[in-house]
Amino acid sequence: MATQTSTRGQHKQNFLNPIWKANPLFVLLLGTCPALAVTTSIEQAIGMGILFTIVLVGSSVLISLLRKIIPEEVETPAYIIIIATFVTIVKMLSEAFVPALYEGLGVFLSLLVVNCIVLGRAEAFAKSNGVYDSFLDALGNSLGYLIALLIISVVREILGTGVITLGAVFPFIPKTVIPVLKYSSSLDFSIPLFARPAGGFIVYGVVEACIAAHTWHQKDKEMAAKRAAAQAAAAARAKAQVAGEAK
Amino acid sequence: MTATSVFTAFLLAILSSMLINNVVLSRFYGICSFLGVSNKVKSSVGMGLAVVFVIILAALVSWPIYNYILVPAGLAFLDTIVYILVIASLVQLVGLVIKKYSPALYKSLGIYLPLITTNCAVLGVVQENNNYTFGNSMANAIGTSVGYLIMIVLFSTIRDRLSGYDAQKSWKGLPLALITAALMAMAIMGLSGMVA
Repeated sequence: MATQTSTRGQHKQNFLNPIWKANPLFVLLLGTCPALAVTTSIEQAIGMGILFTIVLVGSSVLISLLRKIIPEEVETPAYIIIIATFVTIVKMLSEAFVPALYEGLGVFLSLLVVNCIVLGRAEAFAKSNGVYDSFLDALGNSLGYLIALLIISVVREILGTGVITLGAVFPFIPKTVIPVLKYSSSLDFSIPLFARPAGGFIVYGVVEACIAAHTWHQKDKEMAAKRAAAQAAAAARAKAQVAGEAK
Repeated sequence: MTATSVFTAFLLAILSSMLINNVVLSRFYGICSFLGVSNKVKSSVGMGLAVVFVIILAALVSWPIYNYILVPAGLAFLDTIVYILVIASLVQLVGLVIKKYSPALYKSLGIYLPLITTNCAVLGVVQENNNYTFGNSMANAIGTSVGYLIMIVLFSTIRDRLSGYDAQKSWKGLPLALITAALMAMAIMGLSGMVA
């Protein structure tokens, strides 16, 4: 964790780490409920990611600003109230400007209050770090979450409906339907299961397995490199010994 | 409507929110705890019972607050903030009461109580109940929480069996658990349409 006197390199780490290495959804397994519920369409997932960014960045910055004022005994309730305030703001804004998104996300907008990522970042980072660092950390986490939602939703929308629909949620995007697996009602290769809840679990599970495979591969490579280095060192030592004996 | 038909409707509403619209597998509430606490059967039973307790109490308290205080005062937009405060204080209170009167129960449920404040199942059910009558909201609360209990216990039993299974190493643990959850969700899908 970065301290108060973090350097520029650490700033960068605070931002980049949560995007891939410590991705909140794929690596830390936080915020799984909306990740499975709202990822049936790409646009909805992007909308969720944007609203999530507003809530996380806003609450992290505010908590970090107030970190010396909030007494330790009432920390968690104070954080929850700050987060709930931002969620209420986001709820009202989305209801006014993107009503289709508000309808689609439904109760999961309110559930941002108890999203483990938001509360987790407040507890683990914003309460003990400066405003700028907290801002970067929150932005990195939201971006990581948005990317994770996007990966799941792309797979689910294409496999589940066979088409990519744009413009159904955001009013400023022209309505377009891009056929990928479904060209007409007779030429349809889509698998509706993936639009159902069970499909969400399958996609998430497969992504997790891919990440685990990647991690194991990385570990194996490291181990092999270590073994090779040890062997090389042993060989060098043996050579030196032989050379010494020959002398 | 006669008393029996009201009772039947109540039971059907419970059944519907318990199995057909199961809380975890088709409405996606409380997946964090569903995946996190289901390593051991014993802890999943504890968590499930604690959730049943808190959801029913929270629904009982928050429905009148919304319909008799917030709506008449024109403050319906504050519902989320009020609910989370109600749930957090209710959890504290329940913890204190159980600790005083049944230390044994506290020992088995106590550690799960703080986790429940951030369990989305509780806030989700309470938030859904905004649109329901009191009877329907109670049916929703009972059905949802019992559905959660059933699913988390079943899931942890399956995971317990799977932990000894020699799977490929990148599938071990969570990925396999997620596929298990997918299969359970498919089973639940087969029930859809049973209750209109």
